[in-house]
Amino acid sequence: MTALAVSDLTKTYAGGQIALHGVNLTVDAGAFFGLLGPNGAGKSTLIGIVSTLVKKSGGAVRVFGHDLDRDPWAVKSSIGLVPQEFNFNTFETVEQIVVNQAGYYGIPRGLARQRAEHYLHSLGLWERRDTVSRTLSGGMKRRLMIARALMHEPRLLILDEPTAGVDIELRRSMWDFLRHINDQGTTIILTTHYLEEAESLCKDIAIIDDGRIIENTDVKSLLQRLSTHAFLLDVDRIPQPLPQLNDFALRQVDDCVLEAEVPRGRALTDLFAALSEHGITVTSMRNKSNRLEELFLRLVESNDSAPVATGGTDRQEVTP
Amino acid sequence: MSRSPRSQAHGYGSQGTPSRTRAALVSLQTIVYKETHRYLRIWIQTLVPPAITMTLYFVIFGALIGERVGEMDGYRYMEYIAPGIIMLAVITNSYNNVVSSFFGAKFQRHIEEMLVSPTPNIVILLGYVAGGVGRGLFTGAIVTAVALMFTSLPVHNWAITLSVVVLTAVLFSIGGFINAIYARKFDDIAIIPTFVLTPLTYLGGVFYSISLLPEFWQGVSLANPILYMVNAFRYGILGSADVHIAVSYGMMLAFIVAFGGFALYLLNRGTGLRS
Repeated sequence: MTALAVSDLTKTYAGGQIALHGVNLTVDAGAFFGLLGPNGAGKSTLIGIVSTLVKKSGGAVRVFGHDLDRDPWAVKSSIGLVPQEFNFNTFETVEQIVVNQAGYYGIPRGLARQRAEHYLHSLGLWERRDTVSRTLSGGMKRRLMIARALMHEPRLLILDEPTAGVDIELRRSMWDFLRHINDQGTTIILTTHYLEEAESLCKDIAIIDDGRIIENTDVKSLLQRLSTHAFLLDVDRIPQPLPQLNDFALRQVDDCVLEAEVPRGRALTDLFAALSEHGITVTSMRNKSNRLEELFLRLVESNDSAPVATGGTDRQEVTP
Repeated sequence: MSRSPRSQAHGYGSQGTPSRTRAALVSLQTIVYKETHRYLRIWIQTLVPPAITMTLYFVIFGALIGERVGEMDGYRYMEYIAPGIIMLAVITNSYNNVVSSFFGAKFQRHIEEMLVSPTPNIVILLGYVAGGVGRGLFTGAIVTAVALMFTSLPVHNWAITLSVVVLTAVLFSIGGFINAIYARKFDDIAIIPTFVLTPLTYLGGVFYSISLLPEFWQGVSLANPILYMVNAFRYGILGSADVHIAVSYGMMLAFIVAFGGFALYLLNRGTGLRS
């Protein structure tokens, strides 16, 4: 079953700024889907249209088979949204915020209180249920946004940069929670600037740039496109100047760490042998984790160099 | 972070999926609860100031100046202005409640909580209007209690009195809602109350009978919709008014239908709310 089907979606803002150029996208039910793209690429506009906060200029959106124009009630009932910016009432308490949110979805107050207890416990906020939301830490506010979006138990959860500004430990625990929610059957669409996050969580991803989907595939296939593997090597010493090896690109990361690119299919023993010839001993090694970042940059850069008939998005803000 | 399993299936769990009508009623109940809780939580800002201001009106205009004014339309001046002052409180508070609450929700962006939910637009409008009517009637009751310390208020017709005060609160709550939809900054929610609402209210016969005015200004006063509300309310309490009660009801209902329809149209278009 398809959770989200977007076809020929266009958005032109007042003033003529074109944010989406006929976007087509399909997300399967149960997927953990990553939507990536540089700033101003159209991610938030796309999410805004699906969640009805932004009016589309053309095209169609279907959520679990319900057409947004014909049956917005069914579409809205199916979606839980965690927006990028905090948008709760800062004068209300944590519990009031989540219970009221459930009420907007027609959930009676008694049941809403039960669910509030469950989700606030799950996200480590139950002890802060009577705290006025403006006094929460940044991480707590992020978790409150997730708890709020889950109160009506949506089939599709859309998270727009949910871990922005969150420390590593909390980010990892939020990943665990989201994986758990996804395992329970909730389809998740995630936008993030942390490509490590997308690589770790998402099975499928789409890359959007300049209002167009430039890639839509599963993460595994995408990563296989890399012609090289990158490794971080802890070494005993690094001679200067850095030796030039045939077939292996080396880059010094710090005093005792080298980054090495190994062509797909080449044996690692060849790399070790080549380093040994220069008196370098490898004491340990690990995969370089942000391979997706490399691909992302390549795709976005190649899209930038392609001729574009109509512009309009804030390309000057793109941060490669 | 704990990872307890989700206790219920998707949708509405063990309660079953509610009908859309039932869901809309729960949404309405939620908005009314939230709005009522809001003005009660900040009672020092919402309920106390009108009590103090209106007490001053009664002391200064009623007791001190009123003694020198004598009678107005056959009533003691204090008795004559009391209905108008109660209406002044109802009008300003119902309007201010909705304009500040709805604009605050827009400004902080928590209006998006409602906009992404399946809550119908008519329910959003009704919820905010109910909140405004609640605060308008609450402050109206407080000011009435204050008025009773200065004068007696023999109610001529309870049905007219109550229906007029409710209709007036509904109308000005809708007015506040429309103002909030168009407002982009806090200044915008002060312009209408300061430059339109207050002058119209003061010129709407709160402190005087329009029969005291020259004929030309009597005609001009009849173009002021607040005059009809103040007079209808005064008729409900005292049994005396400058304009016919049926005309007052007609004006109020016409404005409610027109403003209500316009507010709903703006909500459906997403004016000021959806980009």
